[in-house]
Amino acid sequence: MINKSLKQLGAMLQGKEISSVELTQEFLNRIDRLNPEINAFITLDKDRTLSQARRADEMLSAGKGTALTGLPIGQKDIFVAKGWRTTCGSKMLETFIGPYDADIIERFDAAGAVNLGKTNMDEFAMGSSNETSYFGKVQNPWDRNRVPGGSSGGSAAAVAARLCAAATGTDTGGSIRQPASLCGLSGLKPTYGLASRFGMIAFASSLDQSGPMAKSCEDMALMMNVITGFDKRDSTSLNREKEDYTRALNKPLAGLKVGLPKEYFAEGLGPEVAKVVQEAIVEYKKLGAQIVDISLPNTQLSIPVYYVLAPAEASSNLSRYDGVRYGHRAKEYGDLMDMYCKSRAEGFGAEVKRRILIGTYVLSAGYYDAYYLKAQQIRRLIAQDFENAFKQCDIIMGPTAPSTAFKTGEKADDPVAMYLQDIYTIAVNLAGLPGMSIPAGFAPSEDGKRLPVGLQIIGNYFDEARMLNVGHAYQQVTDWHTQMPEGIE
Amino acid sequence: MEWEVVIGLETHTQLQTKTKIFSGASTAFGSEPNTQACVVSLAFPGVLPVLNQEAVKCAIKFGLAVNAEIAPRSVFARKNYFYPDLPKGYQISQYELPVVGKGSMTIQVGSGDNAYEKTIRITRAHLEEDAGKSVHGAQEGMSGIDLNRAGTPLLEIVTEPDMRSAAEAVAYAKKLHDLVQWIGICDGNMQEGSFRCDVNVSVRPKGSDKLGTRREIKNLNSFKFMQQAIEFETRWQIETLEDGGSIHQATVLFNPDTGETRAMRSKEEANDYRYFPDPDLLPLAISENDINTVKAQMPELPEAMKARFEAQFGLAHYDANALTGSRGTADYFVATVNEGSDAKLVANWVMGSISAKLNAEDKDISASPISPSGLASLIKRIQDGTISNNAAKQVFEAMWAGEGDADQIIESKGLKQVSDTGAIEAIVDEVLAANASMVEEFKAGKEKAFNALVGQAMKASKGKANPAQVNEILKKKLGA
Repeated sequence: MINKSLKQLGAMLQGKEISSVELTQEFLNRIDRLNPEINAFITLDKDRTLSQARRADEMLSAGKGTALTGLPIGQKDIFVAKGWRTTCGSKMLETFIGPYDADIIERFDAAGAVNLGKTNMDEFAMGSSNETSYFGKVQNPWDRNRVPGGSSGGSAAAVAARLCAAATGTDTGGSIRQPASLCGLSGLKPTYGLASRFGMIAFASSLDQSGPMAKSCEDMALMMNVITGFDKRDSTSLNREKEDYTRALNKPLAGLKVGLPKEYFAEGLGPEVAKVVQEAIVEYKKLGAQIVDISLPNTQLSIPVYYVLAPAEASSNLSRYDGVRYGHRAKEYGDLMDMYCKSRAEGFGAEVKRRILIGTYVLSAGYYDAYYLKAQQIRRLIAQDFENAFKQCDIIMGPTAPSTAFKTGEKADDPVAMYLQDIYTIAVNLAGLPGMSIPAGFAPSEDGKRLPVGLQIIGNYFDEARMLNVGHAYQQVTDWHTQMPEGIE
Repeated sequence: MEWEVVIGLETHTQLQTKTKIFSGASTAFGSEPNTQACVVSLAFPGVLPVLNQEAVKCAIKFGLAVNAEIAPRSVFARKNYFYPDLPKGYQISQYELPVVGKGSMTIQVGSGDNAYEKTIRITRAHLEEDAGKSVHGAQEGMSGIDLNRAGTPLLEIVTEPDMRSAAEAVAYAKKLHDLVQWIGICDGNMQEGSFRCDVNVSVRPKGSDKLGTRREIKNLNSFKFMQQAIEFETRWQIETLEDGGSIHQATVLFNPDTGETRAMRSKEEANDYRYFPDPDLLPLAISENDINTVKAQMPELPEAMKARFEAQFGLAHYDANALTGSRGTADYFVATVNEGSDAKLVANWVMGSISAKLNAEDKDISASPISPSGLASLIKRIQDGTISNNAAKQVFEAMWAGEGDADQIIESKGLKQVSDTGAIEAIVDEVLAANASMVEEFKAGKEKAFNALVGQAMKASKGKANPAQVNEILKKKLGA
C-alpha cells in the first residue's frame, strides 16, 4: 500500500476500503520506525495529525471529499502552520510556534488533506544537501551515506522512503528539483506567482516558489490543483483563472518539439547522468517527440547572478530575526547591539551567515551598481535566452543536477562545489519559468549502489499542464518512478 | 561678513487611512500598546506586505495640490537598518522612483508692508511606512516596544533648499500643514506626531552660490520649536565659522528646554541603508484614469478659492489670502456669506474679532462658540441698523461667552439703537441749547466743534442713537 499513488489511495478512501485515520496511522508508524535514522521529519504532532484524519473521514462519509481528502502530506518546515512549531531548519526558530496558517497550509486544509508533519530542510532553504539544517542531516533512502539534496531534502527523503504519500517543497534555485532528482521523485516548481508565498518563510522573495514533490506527475497534477491560485495577501501572486492541471495528462506527444540546450550537456555534467538523460531522450523520440538543438548562452552566468541576487534579498529578509519579538535571543548580552550580534551569531548557522554577508556586501553603497544592478541586468538576459529558445521548441529537457547523490560531508566544506549542484536549475528561477524533475533511471555509484537520476523538463510560462503531460506520458512507458529503495519495508 | 542661511524641509505627514499602508491593522492613535499590531506589523516569518490603495490616493491628491508630476510608475524600496521599533529590520519606502515628483507651493511670508510671496519648489514626495515606538521607563531596567504605529502610512514631502530664513521655513511648514488638512490626507495633529518636520540648515557668505555643509534638525513637532531651532542652529553655524571652525554634516536634535540644537550622530558613522527594490511589492502603476478619478474628488484648492473670493466678493488679495489660510476658516467664511451676510463684513469679523479670540484661546475655528449662522445673525443686525458697530462688539463678546443669540442679547442688554427721528431731534435740540458756545465756534468755522456736538448727542442718548441720523439732524439744524 505504501507505494500507491495519491490517486490510488484517494480512490481507496473514497471507496471506503480504508479510512484516513488508518492510512495516516500507517504512515505515522513508518515514521516511528524509519525516521529516527532518516531524519526526514523534524516536527510531528500526532494528535493534530490524527484529528485532521478524523475530520477527513467525516468529510468523506458526508460525501464532501475532494481528490486529496484524507491523504497524509508532509509539509516542508518553511511553511508557517498555526499551532505547529515552524523552524525553517534553524536554531533561530527552534521554539517558534506558528500563529497563523500559510496559504498553502490553508489550501491543503480546505481540500481535507492531512498534515503529517513538518519536514527537514536546509536552514532557511539555503543549501543543496540538507546538511545546513540545525536539526541534523537527512539520509538519502537510496544510500544512507549520501545526501538527499536540498533544500527540500526532508520532503524528498520522506516521499522516497514512503513515509508519506507526497510532500510540499519550495524552490529558490533548485530546491525542489535537485532533491527530487537525487531521491528518484517527481518535483515541480511552478511559474513564479502561481503559488502564494504568504506564510512561506522568505529566503529570496523574487525567486521563491512552492510546489509538489510526489511519486508521479499525475499526483503532482492533483497537488497543483490545490497549491495554485490567486492570493490577495501576496502582491506577487498572479490573478489568473484556476486551471485543472490534470486536463492534458493523456495527450499524445506526437510532434512535441523538445529543445536540448547544448550548455546543459557540456563540461561539468557527470557521464553517468548524461547517459541516463540521453536514454530518456531516446524514449521521448519513441513517443513521437522531435528533438531540436538549442542554446541558452548565458547559462554559465546564472550561478554568479543568483549568488548576488538571492543573498541580497536574503540579507534583508533575515533581518527580522533580531531576538526582539520572537525567535532565539542570547541569554547573556550587554547593550542592544550586543543582543543583536549574539542572538544572530548563535541563532544562524554558517551557510546562512555566509549568505547574509555576501548579500550585505553586494547591496552596500559603492558596490550596488557593480553587483546587484549588474546581476539584475544579466537576469533579464537569462530570461531572454529562454524566450528565444521557446521560439524553437515547446519544452526544454536536460539533466536536473550534474551528478547523482553525493556522500554526506563530501561538499560540506566547499561552498562553490555545492553551489554548482544548481547549475541547471537556477536559471529557471531567475527567469520565473516552471521547471520539473522526473526520475529517468539509475546510475551505479562507485560502491555499487543504484542512485536515481532526474530528467529536468522546463516549460514556458504557465505551461505546467503540458509539462505534466510530457512527464506523465513518459511515466506510462517507464517504471523508474515506481521503484523503491531497499531497506524501507 | 554677511551670512545667508539656506533651508530645506523634509516633512513626514501621517496619512489619514483607516488601516496601515501594508496591512489591515488599524491606525487609530492612543490604543493600548501592541493592540494594533497584526502579524504583518510584528514582521512574523512568512508575512507579506500588500499596498493600501487609499494611501496611494492620498499621494495623488497631494501631487495634484502642488502641481507636481505624478509618476506613472514608482518603486518601493527597502531601507535596511536594525532598530527595535523597526520589526522587519527594514523600512519599506520609496527611493529612486518616488510617487510624486517636482512640484511647487507659494507661501506668504511676514505681514503688513513687509509681507511678500515666495514659491518653494517641492523636490518629491514619497510613500513609506512609519516605525513603532520605543517606550522607556515603563519597566525597571527594560525598554518596551509599542508597534501600534509600525506600518502607519506616511507621505514624506521634500523641498529644494529654497528658504532663506526661519520665518520662510515656518511659513512653508504652516502652509503645508494647512494644505494637507485642506485636501483631507492628514489630520495635522502635531502633538500626536501626525506632522513632523526635519529641517536641513546650512549657511554661506551672502552672494555665494555654493551650498554650505548642512546639519539636519530632526523631528520638530511645533512651529514655535521650528523657529527657535532654526534661529539657534543658524547662529551656532555662523559663530562656528566665524571662530574659524567648520561644519560637519550631522543629524541634530532640538531641546525645547534649553532652546539649543545638539548633534545626535554624525553622518560619517551613519548607516549604509543598502536600499534595493522590495521584491515583495510590484512597482506602483498609476494611470491617467486613476489620476482623473482622484481629481474629481478633490476639493477646491486654496489658490483657486483665493482667486474666486477676490473676483466674486471683491475682497482684497490680503483678505482673500487670510481667509483661505485653512480649510476651516474658508468653510466658515463661505457658510456665513451663504446666510446672506455682506462678504466684506464677514471677512472683517472673521479676520478680526473671531481670529483674535481663537488665537487668545488657542482654539481652532471649528471650535468657535459662534457658528456661521450666529455670526450671520449678528451681521444682519448691523446691516439693518438695529445696532451700532460699538454695540455689535458687545453683542459679539456676549455671544462668545455663550449668553445667547444675537437678538436675545440685543434685547436683554438694551443695545438697540434709537432711530426714531423725533426722539433724536429732541436730544439734538437739548444738546444745542446746552452747548451754545460750541455752536458759536462751529459757526465761526471750527469744524471740530461739529464732532464734539455729535459726541455730546451720542452721550446724551447713552450711545443708543443712530450716529448717522444724529449727524444728519445736526447738520440740518445748524444749517451746515
